[in-house]
Amino acid sequence: MNTGLAASGAAVPSAEARGARRDARRGFALALPATLWTLAFFVVPSAAILLWSLFRREGGVLITEPGFDNYRRFLEQDTFRLALWNSVEVTLMVTVIAVILAYPLAYVIATRVAPRRQRTWLMLAVLPFWTSYVVRSYAWLLVLAPEGVVNRFLTLTGLAAEPLALSFNRGATVLGFVHFFVMLCTLTIYASLARIDPKLRRAAADLGASGLQTFLRVTLPLSMPGVAAGAFLTFVIAIGDYVTPQILGGNTELLMPQVILLQINRRADIPMAAALSTVLMLLVTAAYLALARWLTARRT
Amino acid sequence: MNDRPIRWDWVSVLVMSPLFVFIYLPVAVLVLFSFHAGQVPVPPFEGPSLAWYAKVLDSDRITTAGLNSIVVGVVSSLIATLLATLAAWGLARHRVPGARAIEALLFLPLAVSYLVIGVGLLVAFSAVGIGKSLIAVGIGHVVLNLPLAFAVVYGQFDRDQARLEQAARDLGATEVQVFLRVTVPLLRPAILAAFLLSLTFSWDEFIVAFLLSGFDPTLPVVIWSMLRTGLNPQTNAAGTLVFLASLAAGIVFELALLRRRRDARTR
Repeated sequence: MNTGLAASGAAVPSAEARGARRDARRGFALALPATLWTLAFFVVPSAAILLWSLFRREGGVLITEPGFDNYRRFLEQDTFRLALWNSVEVTLMVTVIAVILAYPLAYVIATRVAPRRQRTWLMLAVLPFWTSYVVRSYAWLLVLAPEGVVNRFLTLTGLAAEPLALSFNRGATVLGFVHFFVMLCTLTIYASLARIDPKLRRAAADLGASGLQTFLRVTLPLSMPGVAAGAFLTFVIAIGDYVTPQILGGNTELLMPQVILLQINRRADIPMAAALSTVLMLLVTAAYLALARWLTARRT
Repeated sequence: MNDRPIRWDWVSVLVMSPLFVFIYLPVAVLVLFSFHAGQVPVPPFEGPSLAWYAKVLDSDRITTAGLNSIVVGVVSSLIATLLATLAAWGLARHRVPGARAIEALLFLPLAVSYLVIGVGLLVAFSAVGIGKSLIAVGIGHVVLNLPLAFAVVYGQFDRDQARLEQAARDLGATEVQVFLRVTVPLLRPAILAAFLLSLTFSWDEFIVAFLLSGFDPTLPVVIWSMLRTGLNPQTNAAGTLVFLASLAAGIVFELALLRRRRDARTR
């Protein structure tokens, strides 16, 4: 329809211009409800967070005179600084481990399984993805409990003399995260790998590249968009997740989302929660900028 | 397509099996011990017994929360899918100035943590005096799902589909006929996929519901409060039911996408 107008309209510019305006109006009207919803319930609340982060709470009263008190407290108090550091550490660890585990899985499915069966294997590999994340963390608690399956196995086989403390520590948090994000990264990396023309690999081999050289210089670079997409999603979701560290990590060390919830539920200090949320948003923006090279390359 | 035979070399098996054990271990333990007859869901397994499922279905708190989750899920997914379909239509089939900016805006919530979106809504709602309720949760879930639903439906409006619509017009179909007999049938799997994806995400969503639901909790929030009692086969049974419901939606979603792809191939 658009192309038809553009081709025939040159002779009658005013009619064409009118048609184009009508077309634009119609398109805009269709996109309007979604745009308004996003503005009202996403952009405005985000702006509210920024604004509230400048307020402060003193003696149970909200003081709306803007200032940077919350951010100063964030930089000065160990609880907050430590939470940020823990969050960044855990999230980076999870991202790296998830990608390293997911890559071979995606690679085997994309290159070693017959094309007809790849979809099925991929579905099987990510089936537990559909468990709700509260349930999934609880399920890991069952596995890691002192009386749980892993400890029972270790003590029965004599690999451990007594049950190990596997839950309520950082290791458990990382494990619970990695489980979910291995599945997510398998999906994104597979999508990239499946798009690579097998002819390219064959051409590299014909030109005398070894298997390793073909992988390092053809397959890996071409699959980087999938790796970056998986890494970015992992970072965004993991750094903002409250459930996994709260259930599996216990209260041994707090991550940013736990500290934010603490401000809301225990302290009723919404301004501080807003400031911490802003820091979280900044971290995600930083992650996006770090990976932007591959993330934007993907779209074109 | 060149259908190579499966080459199950030992390296592939060595890579696949430990990862599959890792991926399936918690789900297997969760489901197995939901049939446990004892009081604590740890080995050795006793049973099987359906006692804990009976207890779950007997609990008013859990079934009410389940109903809440279904209502919030269905309504918010319908809204998200409708808004997404309209927007995809407007941006793909009309030449709108600033279309890229609108697209970017619609995708933006994907780059923000659910927690931050939830805190934002909490702050904004309390500022204008909207209390915690299932409606607040539903509004939040539309925000979370709109970008995904938009991505799924928008992806379907490709050049092939525009060509088919043009072909129908050239063959003398009226605009209404084009819409009803070309556009909608081609779009239906994508719309269904967008709806089901939204539905499963809403069904499983915890943090926004936790922050905004108040006295009418959704199912994940109730399961969360059940965790305070520690390991309990009743939680296993409830978790298994939640998993099965998501799985069912997930499988229908996969089939809808698969059909879309097959349609694309036969074109």
